[in-house]
Amino acid sequence: MSDKFHAPIDLEPERYELSAAPIYRFDLDRREFFKFLGAGIFVVSVLKPVVAAQESGGRPRSHGESLPKEIDAWLHIGEDGKVTVYTGKVEMGQNIRTSLTQAVAEELHVPMDSIELVMGDTQLTPFDMGTFGSRTTPTMNLQLRKVAAAAREMLLDLAAAKWGVNRNGLTAANGKITDSGTKRSVDYASLTKGQQLTQTVGPDTALIPATNWRVAGESAPKVDGRDFVTGKHRYPSDQKQPDMLYGKIVRPAAFGATLLSVDTQKAEQMGATVVHDGNFVGVAAPSTEAAEAAALAIHAEWKADPQPSSKELFDYLRKNTTEGSDPTGDGDRYDVGAVDAALASADHRLQQTYTVSYIAHVPLEPRAALAKWDGDNLTVWTGTQRPFGVRGQLAEAFHMPEERVRVLMPDTGSGYGGKHTGETAIEAARLARAAKRPVKVVWTREEEFTWAYFRPAGVIDVTSGVCNDGTITAWEFHNYNSGSAGIRTYYEIPNQKIVFHETNSPLRQGSYRALAATANHFARESHMDELAHTVKMDSLEFRLKNLKDARLRAVFEAAAKQFGWGKSKAAPGQGFGMGGGYEKLGNIATFAEVNVDRKSGDVKIVRVVSAFECGAIVNPDNLRNQIEGSNVQGLGGALFEAIEFENGKILNGRLSRYRVPRFSDVPALETVLLDRKDIPSVGAGECPMIGLAPAIANAIFDAAGVRLRALPLVPNGLKAS
Amino acid sequence: MPSIHLSINGRDYAVDANPQTSLLTVLREHLDLTGSKYGCGEGQCGACTVHIDGKAQRSCITRVSTVGRKQITTIEGLAKGEQLHPVQQAFLDAGAMQCAYCTSGMIMSSVALLQQNPAPRESEIIDFMDGNICRCGTYPRIVIAIQKAAKVMKESASAKGAGR
Repeated sequence: MSDKFHAPIDLEPERYELSAAPIYRFDLDRREFFKFLGAGIFVVSVLKPVVAAQESGGRPRSHGESLPKEIDAWLHIGEDGKVTVYTGKVEMGQNIRTSLTQAVAEELHVPMDSIELVMGDTQLTPFDMGTFGSRTTPTMNLQLRKVAAAAREMLLDLAAAKWGVNRNGLTAANGKITDSGTKRSVDYASLTKGQQLTQTVGPDTALIPATNWRVAGESAPKVDGRDFVTGKHRYPSDQKQPDMLYGKIVRPAAFGATLLSVDTQKAEQMGATVVHDGNFVGVAAPSTEAAEAAALAIHAEWKADPQPSSKELFDYLRKNTTEGSDPTGDGDRYDVGAVDAALASADHRLQQTYTVSYIAHVPLEPRAALAKWDGDNLTVWTGTQRPFGVRGQLAEAFHMPEERVRVLMPDTGSGYGGKHTGETAIEAARLARAAKRPVKVVWTREEEFTWAYFRPAGVIDVTSGVCNDGTITAWEFHNYNSGSAGIRTYYEIPNQKIVFHETNSPLRQGSYRALAATANHFARESHMDELAHTVKMDSLEFRLKNLKDARLRAVFEAAAKQFGWGKSKAAPGQGFGMGGGYEKLGNIATFAEVNVDRKSGDVKIVRVVSAFECGAIVNPDNLRNQIEGSNVQGLGGALFEAIEFENGKILNGRLSRYRVPRFSDVPALETVLLDRKDIPSVGAGECPMIGLAPAIANAIFDAAGVRLRALPLVPNGLKAS
Repeated sequence: MPSIHLSINGRDYAVDANPQTSLLTVLREHLDLTGSKYGCGEGQCGACTVHIDGKAQRSCITRVSTVGRKQITTIEGLAKGEQLHPVQQAFLDAGAMQCAYCTSGMIMSSVALLQQNPAPRESEIIDFMDGNICRCGTYPRIVIAIQKAAKVMKESASAKGAGR
């Protein structure tokens, strides 16, 4: 694989992951830690300085050595042998609590149930920029394996010293060190008793190779699964505190509206705590019902400017770019060869435009926060992918140092990139400060649809040149607004011009599972199909002719084999299509079978085959779960999800008006996993989604001869063309 | 505020609540039974599903005053002590969850389905469950979990029958 798109850019946050807080400079005081954790063994992991610089949102720096070392995880083994691991990552359904526990169990040779992960608590865990970008597995999984391996080595040393023997004869297994010569053994608790040992993970910590994994690499059930099937687990929206009040916000009439006047008298007479602070108007009361009633009793007048609507969205995006600043210096532009000349001399030239709509994350648990003040100290329980980022936002909002803010993230009802920001936390904290009591704010579904942010919409223009023999010679690709994730092509094309154009988005937008990779792969892989038809080549053959990358070829070939690519159609209306690519260090190929009823316009997705490769597999069952989930969620954006808006208002912001995939939408899903034990493990929550939309679009063309170039493809079925 | 009497998971409760309040709010706020979840407030997602006299109902659109003396079962009342209901166990065994926020409602709907149709065909499962949303997309695994639970429940029923 050429390094041009395997380059470290993938470790950098995307523009729409939102800006990063400054990295936390942690002064490690050994005594403080043991006071807090108790005696035992304490192992600290630090990120490599150069990676730390990238993850903080900056560019890789040449003077990396001068950066301070940054702690990203630590592990403690107590005198009772209990293992506690601290990481700033958070759990919201990706099942990293399970996969990270597996990683520690593997290296430390302890049962999974003797390990507890403390996650996403800004007071207890090391700084972490956030849980997004499929980076937990390639970064945190590796760091925790190193931490656990270093702890294992310390325990081996302790046992060797205790017995006065050479450590080479000792083995660690099942929470014990055993001397193979004398057969005597000692458990970890006996070794850690009375100790106060610290260690920093060195660069040469030996890890167990994936080929020898016993716990990692196997399917493990969800940690704490029982709490989830009994309703015992407390999500952020389930949190409570003594004397807690419930908060409601009086929302503006439209986006960007300013408050002209407000009458809060009635609400105050009802006994509610009312806050009017600038544009913020909210209430807190002893029940949700009372808070809603008080909020309704507030009369507010707002002034808003006229705003564009979804009907004119794509014209608007094209006309409202923010260019002129520095289009070449920010990595948003890629040029190679001479595109114009290659286009002019190509046997065939093809120009097409593809669009994607704004869509909503619709996490089933809406944003929620419970805030509690204790003097000048603030504690907030909230569902966020960036607890440290939210801490920074709270500190800024209340003009206080971050040290006085603690954010905790109980395992949360999903995020998909939608829970990066802290508005609910700020709302709850503002109300709690006025009420002098803890306040919980849980957004309604309508608030969630309106006052969060959306996956960016976009327009993509592709112009290409191809030879009669199927060799692509020129590729010009312009993405307006949707983003630069996955914008570069993995096909071997000598002349390329690829540009991302930032625009003034009419709606607030941000991160979303797979980000713009979905849009860019939809445009690219649809266009590839159109080119294959232009030169009358089979779609798979055409792709492979222009593709050198061995890992991508492997997933295309594996999926084609499982799918039975090349078979003839069994009935009219049946269609086959493919899409695939490379994103977040993983490789995916997706093949789809659809059935189109031309009379009714019904489009049924019958079968989807995915072949995925993400290096050495950590938990096969969870990996399948993530791939299936990506395909099911991806169906929504591919087929029918789109936010409709007009003049600063969302028109379809509730579940009865915004269709998400349901049981009856799901096709037969088949997953082929390529386990590359020779390649480091990478994430899988995002990449598997990106091949689906083009595979379906290409299959619809195969079935009905209609080329659809807009996502969602068939919000109202396939109309007769 | 009038006192409303409710029978939940075999226990009697008296709640001071406005009769118009949703059953979901009463469960979560008044009784701290937070296993039933809010997802949409309009009966579209099924995260709030409970049983009222054995039938699956959306508690977010059920006014508390309409329940009367009917028996309410929530996710908290499904297991018998430490013994999980076969549907709960099947969801664990099938790995039929990711974030699991929908899981309470999915399980309550599944149990109601199996009570009225102990051996549902796949298409019957899909029809019955179509009002429950799993945004993480674990639908195929939930179908498998329901099929597993149906099998286990059938076996345990016939074992009981044989013992008579």
